[in-house]
Amino acid sequence: MPEPSTGKVGAVLVVGGGIGGVQASLDLADSGYKVYLVERASAIGGVMAMLDKTFPTNDCSMCILSPKLVAAGRHENIELLTQTEVLGVTGEPGNLRVKLRRHARSVDLAKCTGCGDCLTKCPVRDLTNDFEGGLNKRRAIYRLYAQAVPNAPTIDRAQCLKFTKDKCGACQKACKAGAIDYTQQDQEFEVEVGSIVVTAGSKIAPTVLRPEYGHGRYPNVVTSLEFERILSASGPYSGHVKRPSDGKEPKRIAWLQCVGSRDDSVERGYCSAMCCMYAVKEAVIAKEHAKDVEPTVFYMDMRSYGKDFDKYVERAEQQYGVRLLRARVAEVREDPQTRNLVLRFAGDSGQRSEEFDLVVLSCGFVPPPELAELSKRLDIELDRFGFATTDSWSPTATSRAGIGVAGSFAQPMAIPETVTGASGAAAAAEEMLSAERGQLAVVKEMPAETDVRGAAPRIGVFVCHCGINIGGIVRVPEVTEFARSLPHVVYAEENLYSCSGDTQDKIKDRIREHRLNRVVVASCSPRTHEPLFQATVTEAGLNPHLFAMTNIRDQCSWVHMKEPDRATEKSKDLVKMAVARALRLKPLPKVKLPVTKAGLVIGGGVAGMTAALALAGEGFDVFLVEQEKTLGGNARSIARTVEGDDVRARLADLAAKAGCHPRIKVFTGAGIKAIDGFVGNFQTTIQRDVGGERKEESFKHGVVVVATGAQYRTPTEYCYGQSPRIVSQKELEQALESSNPGPLDPFSFRSVVMVQCVGSREPERPYCSRICCAEAVKNALKLKELNPDTEVYVLYRDIRTYGLREEYYRQARQKGVVFIRYTPERKPEVRIEAGRPLVTGFDPILNQAIEFAPDLLVLSSGLVPQAGSEQLAQMLKVPLNAEGFFLEAHMKLRPVDFATEGVFMAGLCHFPKFIDEATAQAQAAAGRVATILSRDTLEAEATVASVNPDRCSACHMCEGLCAYRAIEVKTINERTRKQAAVVNEALCKGCGACAANCRSLAIDIRGFQSENISREIAALLD
Amino acid sequence: MGESRVPGAATDMTAGGEFSPKIVAFLCNWCSYAGADLAGISRIQYPPSIRVIRVPCSGRVDPFYILKALQSGADGVLISGCHPGDCHYLTGNYVARRRFAVLNDLLGFAGIDPGRVSFSWVSAAEGERFAEVVREVTEKVRLLGPNRKLLKEEVA
Repeated sequence: MPEPSTGKVGAVLVVGGGIGGVQASLDLADSGYKVYLVERASAIGGVMAMLDKTFPTNDCSMCILSPKLVAAGRHENIELLTQTEVLGVTGEPGNLRVKLRRHARSVDLAKCTGCGDCLTKCPVRDLTNDFEGGLNKRRAIYRLYAQAVPNAPTIDRAQCLKFTKDKCGACQKACKAGAIDYTQQDQEFEVEVGSIVVTAGSKIAPTVLRPEYGHGRYPNVVTSLEFERILSASGPYSGHVKRPSDGKEPKRIAWLQCVGSRDDSVERGYCSAMCCMYAVKEAVIAKEHAKDVEPTVFYMDMRSYGKDFDKYVERAEQQYGVRLLRARVAEVREDPQTRNLVLRFAGDSGQRSEEFDLVVLSCGFVPPPELAELSKRLDIELDRFGFATTDSWSPTATSRAGIGVAGSFAQPMAIPETVTGASGAAAAAEEMLSAERGQLAVVKEMPAETDVRGAAPRIGVFVCHCGINIGGIVRVPEVTEFARSLPHVVYAEENLYSCSGDTQDKIKDRIREHRLNRVVVASCSPRTHEPLFQATVTEAGLNPHLFAMTNIRDQCSWVHMKEPDRATEKSKDLVKMAVARALRLKPLPKVKLPVTKAGLVIGGGVAGMTAALALAGEGFDVFLVEQEKTLGGNARSIARTVEGDDVRARLADLAAKAGCHPRIKVFTGAGIKAIDGFVGNFQTTIQRDVGGERKEESFKHGVVVVATGAQYRTPTEYCYGQSPRIVSQKELEQALESSNPGPLDPFSFRSVVMVQCVGSREPERPYCSRICCAEAVKNALKLKELNPDTEVYVLYRDIRTYGLREEYYRQARQKGVVFIRYTPERKPEVRIEAGRPLVTGFDPILNQAIEFAPDLLVLSSGLVPQAGSEQLAQMLKVPLNAEGFFLEAHMKLRPVDFATEGVFMAGLCHFPKFIDEATAQAQAAAGRVATILSRDTLEAEATVASVNPDRCSACHMCEGLCAYRAIEVKTINERTRKQAAVVNEALCKGCGACAANCRSLAIDIRGFQSENISREIAALLD
Repeated sequence: MGESRVPGAATDMTAGGEFSPKIVAFLCNWCSYAGADLAGISRIQYPPSIRVIRVPCSGRVDPFYILKALQSGADGVLISGCHPGDCHYLTGNYVARRRFAVLNDLLGFAGIDPGRVSFSWVSAAEGERFAEVVREVTEKVRLLGPNRKLLKEEVA
């Protein structure tokens, strides 16, 4: 039931158009809110638009970002306000008036076609191109980047001759659309919104923080972001890796970590959280560009703490030959003759120096100075570094009610955490405005569908270069020419990026110009890009199922990199097959399904309870199922966070709120017996003890949130279990907080040794558990607080107190905690002598053996997947990764979604993480859920089975094969008593098991018709 | 087109004259197609022998398609679906497995080496395994040589 309006405004202002702002905008707009997306630059995209590839999947950044930018750019409920800044905010949460200033673009967005004719005519051509790190020049009229959304250029009025000297006007003459408008003025105006989400981002640390590294003085010292542009196919060197000084290909490339990070001397004490991974990625990609590159990464600790990060770093070392050198570089000097760079550094083997051709500074991230001004205008608090202050339990809230935050404006974080926070901040805004959903949102009008029945096929083929991802290997012009020669192909063209906004518009134009009634795109995976192209053809009046896609990137250029000829031949074959399939594609009707506006949350820990409360706050009913007798999950065994938050009090508060919320039905001591159905229409049966009896209950819901958590691993190493003086980190924490610690009385310890990575980062568990370093630091600090004389030694491989947690690592060292590194080849050894643990090891810095006989040995043994994950995964038909954690739909951009629609995840079941991260992910799940539950109906799959009753012999074979009970033989004509199979389209998933088994060839699958598949086979081989 | 092409057959010879088979691969959308994508994303190299046809489920693959491919001159056919128990459509891969067990006998009866038709499980997380399957299947079919058995030959 829609709630009565509370007089608030059903609109949200999002400040900052990077990936965080775009995600928040899309979630809000898809859930029934009007969005104003404000961006200072002339296009959205932010830092992610500057990146070449993303770790750990090496996805092309623009390829995965571009569809989101396009979606935001054309969403009927998102108003893009580029070149716009916030001047001030007045009012109360729910009713905010925001004053904005839009700077004149001097280009009319309504008229500009993005053709680029103006760009080549501008005579002012030597301006520093900041987007390209200053590595090439731009003109006074320029487009921020090739795939920019909006795709219109902007005029730099400080440099344009029309404005400085009142002459020229070349761009206006060149513009056939009449879009250049020199008379545009800056505009100030106000918008009314209910809430604000700030996703203003951060920028890379200025290199002046490390003048001894010579950036700005030596041309061959570049920043990491400049190197991303060097790698990028659309960058200043077109993806050719060369040195700025002489254009030569560098062989020896060095990455210097922690520039402007982990550095108290320049008041940048925090870790920037992503530099280790991006540096290793850049090294890998550089190596892919030129095989003889010898990359070296100089680092302090390798902080590959995320999902699949350690495996990525290992692959970089083993397969790509990336040299990882633990050393701090003191100075970079240039050889004036060769312009090579000599690095002086101190590592395990003392002082050394080495020469390199190119040096990349892995700059950390800092809040841009202008954000200090923005925070004043928004009246939100910043911490001492200039990041927006947040709280572990409300990681997407700023200090001011009604204003949320996500992404690296809150603290340094990578793309998945940014996207997660963005969906979470969207959910928080929706909670406050739940009664105003739909108030200002409009419903998109689609053009009437062109009737293609009976018309001769007119096929258009679009072949993608994907920058150099395809075009660098496959000869795209040749493939395009070949496509043109195929029967019924009336048009073919090649595109630099088929997914970019301008190409989408171009495809629509071509459909109209050439009266295309079938469209084929040869580019990347339909799994990621088919929806985008289907939306595009729909906007041009074609049924989305008149579109066929073939994947010449993942199946050709990327996997046959050394065989360009055969990759090109294979691409031609794939295009030929797609054209053959397209030939007989039929328009498919839409099927609408009702949505049960309730969610099932599995798991009642921090993530589960947070997700349940957020969903209930958004106005949806929730079933919260917990297998234990009480709510709380793993957090019950945690007393404090490293930041000092009282976890028990917060947990009690969460449990109380969840327990008494009128929209939340809590089932404790309950197990899931069965989950049936599909997005919008699930039915779940649970079992639980009621008065000593095992009882079953069933309920209906529209979505599922998996929040089943993980388990602390019980160590099997280092004599654990053989002495009361050997405990796990969790047991130590409980003793430290207990009023009656028994034999583990902290005051009785004179010395404590902690061993990190126990059972983690091992072949059988090749991942980092992410939380153990901060846990060890937390407990070490507590030991020192209780008794400053206690000696604490932490034996570690890499200390991974990423982000703002670095501060506590620093404090621990300051308080005298001794950190001693060990290598996996020379792990510490433990034996028990006279009832005490005896620890021996090797200190690589002192280069000598060490030995301890501590009063207590503490083992950090990490987290392992929850028991029963496999059964649940099978019930939901969702995947687990190799280690047994739930596998998200996309590691970068869909971190809380499963590939299966309507199923989401939050918390430790996804991967080990801290409470603030689990909370953000739980809120994010609620944000994603709202995009489904806010609708009254969903459009069902059109690709379902259909029966030709004239052929059906009513043999009943299909009934037994259907796992969904979606097909049934019925009497279809009472008079003739004719029987035939009938498909329930709401239940049918289109798997095709019935069709492939039908003896009478009476069943077919829409969109995967037998005829199309047969033609595809025949086309390849004729 | 390949220089030394057998008329009516799809098979190419590489420049060195070595037989390089052409294999039609039916990949299910949810697991194996995603596994192939992952192989791409991870830049895992494998022989350019397969031509992928995306199907919703391995259970969608009608034995007729396999015969049709062989009849049209494919040297081999690969069908790959989700691991047992992981099928996006619950049981489609089991249905497929049963069906192909029967097909195997038929192939033998028709004088086609059953080694030309392979069935595998590859999940969305198994890029390396996908590449390995392609390498194995390619090698197996390469050793069997070009498929001439079911080819429709032109009447002189």
